[in-house]
Amino acid sequence: MKKDEVPQDKSALANFTREVCYVKNEQGKYETVLSTGWEVKAQALDSAWDEVKERIETARQEVARGEKSPIHYFMALRLMDMPVISDYTGIWPFFIRRHLRPSVFNRLSDRVLRKYAKAFEITVEELKNFKG
Amino acid sequence: MENRFQHLQAAHCENGVTTALLRHRGVQFITEPLAFGIGSGLFYIQIPFLTVNNGPAISFRTMPGAIFARTCKSLGIEVVRKKFSREEQAEAYVEKLVAEGIPVGCQVGVFHLPYFPVEYRFHFNAHNLIVFGREGENYLVSDPVMETDTRLTVSELTKVRFAKGPLAPQGQAYYPIVTKPVDEDMIRKAIVRGIKRNVRDMLHIPGGFAGVAGIRYTAKRVRRWRDKLGPRRGGLFLGQIVRMQEEIGTGGGGFRFLYAAFLEQAHAYLRDDDLLRVSEEFTRAGDLWRQNAVKMAGVYKGRTTEQSDFDEIADRMEEIMEVEKKAFKQLSAIKSLK
Repeated sequence: MKKDEVPQDKSALANFTREVCYVKNEQGKYETVLSTGWEVKAQALDSAWDEVKERIETARQEVARGEKSPIHYFMALRLMDMPVISDYTGIWPFFIRRHLRPSVFNRLSDRVLRKYAKAFEITVEELKNFKG
Repeated sequence: MENRFQHLQAAHCENGVTTALLRHRGVQFITEPLAFGIGSGLFYIQIPFLTVNNGPAISFRTMPGAIFARTCKSLGIEVVRKKFSREEQAEAYVEKLVAEGIPVGCQVGVFHLPYFPVEYRFHFNAHNLIVFGREGENYLVSDPVMETDTRLTVSELTKVRFAKGPLAPQGQAYYPIVTKPVDEDMIRKAIVRGIKRNVRDMLHIPGGFAGVAGIRYTAKRVRRWRDKLGPRRGGLFLGQIVRMQEEIGTGGGGFRFLYAAFLEQAHAYLRDDDLLRVSEEFTRAGDLWRQNAVKMAGVYKGRTTEQSDFDEIADRMEEIMEVEKKAFKQLSAIKSLK
């Protein structure tokens, strides 16, 4: 990439930092310049977030319809997949998958619910009372 | 008394931490490209059957921690690295080092990193920063992707050091100990070693999904994504490639420009003009990766989502593979590196 081709597009980096790019200067030597972002990858990030938001909304509806427990919704909200939630709670995936069923979730002890609440950074009440 | 720590902005966090820590210890010659090249940082891998953040698991660089470890080792610099199971021990360790005036590198997760914009806060656990001082309840933090140094409270730092999930940092903290001065001869040897190891990693790694062969592995999968995942999800998968390739931390073009800059700087030590010629090849590879990112953006923006578009992207990836394969073969043939 040449120095005068460095994109300076609007991105989520605004008000946070600019990023270092390695570019060829007029003498054909490498140097660094700061960039505010590049449209192409800003859109990649945007579309990843659109997908996340959609997944959260789908999860919310599933909880509202009584098909899934609130754990399912908060996992989506906190961008947690199975390995991540399992590591934060110390609960094995086999059991977490069971806890996603409302019937099993309703019988969970406060001790187990506290582990989930802590991972999601909410209170046990918020977790229990989430209706979608 | 130790000199005051200088914040250094870099393209990539681990290069930046390595460079800033070594410079602080008097290894003045080191630059980000040299640290990246001596640490054999350039790579390509798609881990089969694994998805990360609902996309393909692709990396354009070597595994976390390797650049720091290899660069120090090649320069005869000792590394102290500690992992912790208990948060209190991890806190006490950094507190003590900082009180002694020793800047210390920490591996952290970005999900809870308060100064990052929320859009960048996924569960990514291989970020690195330097803790270099303390003011009351705040640690002074030098994060290489930031333009200036920043602050974290004691509890914020502990939280990011004990992020959970894949590559969990487990409170890891590290710093170099320079016991003898690094002379020009050692630098030359370290550069040669770094290049040879990178040639090996890119050309001769078995399995077919890593090194230059890994680029073809991905290209083959890209051809099938539209049928298998549909145009929309296929587009999101391409978006993930673009993010791994161009996102903050790569210096652009999937680290290929950074490697080209390394070869240019290596030339100053080894005085072999072939290095400059190969450097041009990596610049070309980086440019091709970026052109392909523009093409991929067409898919995830929903403008060009036909099978022919996926095929064109795959074709270009195979072309990039040939460019990189040739460049590494040329590197391995350079006589002054034998």
